[in-house]
Amino acid sequence: MSRHLLSISDLGADGIEEVMALTDSFVEVSSRAIPRVPALRGKTVVSLFFEDSTRTRLSFETAARRLSADVMTFSASSSSVNKGESLRDTVETIEAMGIDAVVVRHAGSGVPWQVARWLHGPSVINAGDGWHEHPTQALLDCFTIRQERQRRGAARPAEGRPALDGLHIAIVGDIRHSRVARSDVLAFTSLGAHVTLVAPPTLLPPSLVGWPVEVSHDLDSVLPKLDVVYLLRLQKERMLEALLPSLREYTATYGLTRERARLLGDGALIMHPGPVNRGVEVAAEVVDQPSSVITQQVANGVAVRMAVLYLLLGAGVELVAA
Amino acid sequence: MAERERALAPPYGGVFVARTTVMEAEDVRRATWRMAHEIIERNNALPELVLVGLQTGGVWIASRLARVIGEVTSQEVVVGTLDVAFYRDDYGLRPVLPEAATEIPVDLNNRTVVLVDDVLYTGRTIRAALGALSDYGRARAVQLAVMVDRGHRELPIRPDYVGRNLPTRRDEMVDVSEAGVVIGDVKAP
Repeated sequence: MSRHLLSISDLGADGIEEVMALTDSFVEVSSRAIPRVPALRGKTVVSLFFEDSTRTRLSFETAARRLSADVMTFSASSSSVNKGESLRDTVETIEAMGIDAVVVRHAGSGVPWQVARWLHGPSVINAGDGWHEHPTQALLDCFTIRQERQRRGAARPAEGRPALDGLHIAIVGDIRHSRVARSDVLAFTSLGAHVTLVAPPTLLPPSLVGWPVEVSHDLDSVLPKLDVVYLLRLQKERMLEALLPSLREYTATYGLTRERARLLGDGALIMHPGPVNRGVEVAAEVVDQPSSVITQQVANGVAVRMAVLYLLLGAGVELVAA
Repeated sequence: MAERERALAPPYGGVFVARTTVMEAEDVRRATWRMAHEIIERNNALPELVLVGLQTGGVWIASRLARVIGEVTSQEVVVGTLDVAFYRDDYGLRPVLPEAATEIPVDLNNRTVVLVDDVLYTGRTIRAALGALSDYGRARAVQLAVMVDRGHRELPIRPDYVGRNLPTRRDEMVDVSEAGVVIGDVKAP
């Protein structure tokens, strides 16, 4: 791929495996007393967030600092965007300051591609665009599944097979509004996993033509055969119409309640991209049980983003193309 | 392989073509044996010693040295590994990807560290390794053991323990393994 990370499909299976191998090294760096290496000294990374975010922005900025890069933070609410400055002017102003990478989040699908076309030097990293893609989330999800399965002594895939070979993964909930689901489906299936989407018809995309997935509306029948259940946040802020009768009804049918969590097999992992609506898509007790790796996902987020920044800015290698 | 060699070798660059064998397996074994004894002689407090093999060429030499020291003195020596990719100063000149995660099992404060690598050449890998070590604690002293010193230093760095001093040309390549030491050339793939 180029110097940008816009879609998870830029990487392909080999690229994802390469990022995961590099992430192992950065997990070690993060575990040290002084979790910092000089690899990106003198580089400047800007986080350009037009949409609210806690974990993704902090995660990218922490990752950049641990690589000794300089970090500039841009948030739309406290900038000249309020005075009516256009996206293009904003981006060109930032480029004129001499930077090396821009981490973009925007409510409009495709904005990172547009930003990449406007910029001549810097790398662009997509940190979430509308309902479309969130590639670093997919990378950290793949890494977390691989790491937690190794830690729990699960059988490794056969030599030469991809990292998630043959695993059954269900993505449950608001698929329609979820960029995480779109990137995860691409990443999980390219690493050899079988993916089932579980959601009420109103929360599925209008068309699933070409998606390499199965669809189910019955969570109870899917749970027993899963290796990973991936719960999505119910995105109340993106729900423009009445897609659900009520939150209680959603929880009763699609929430991972304590009773439902018992249907999961031994060693099955519970994941969630955060922030969690406790008691809606997943019960509070289930979040805290040992099979839940939700906080591990956040911890791995920093190491994965260090790997991505290092590959784009420091390593001097081209990421493998799809 | 040392960093510089690795940069030139597959998958990054050319193909290594062997020319002359300068040390046989037996010579490598003897050199390891001698270096282990020199390490014992110079360091009274073996329990405070840590052998750190540089990824990837120094790792097997470090564990071999530790084994010999263990056999001779019946004292166990701590062994670690270090990958210096993130500490190098030649980003942009060539690809730099770590080969494996670093593993240093003890706190280095007030310990003596012996860095172990296969080939000492420009000294830039060792400079990077010294930077990396300081992030794991303040070692009381750092020593350097290499199987081959091939000259052409670009920094004020010298080894404490050497398997063999080997004059080379800059365009040659040195390959070190348990089976022996071979000088060769890098040919375009």
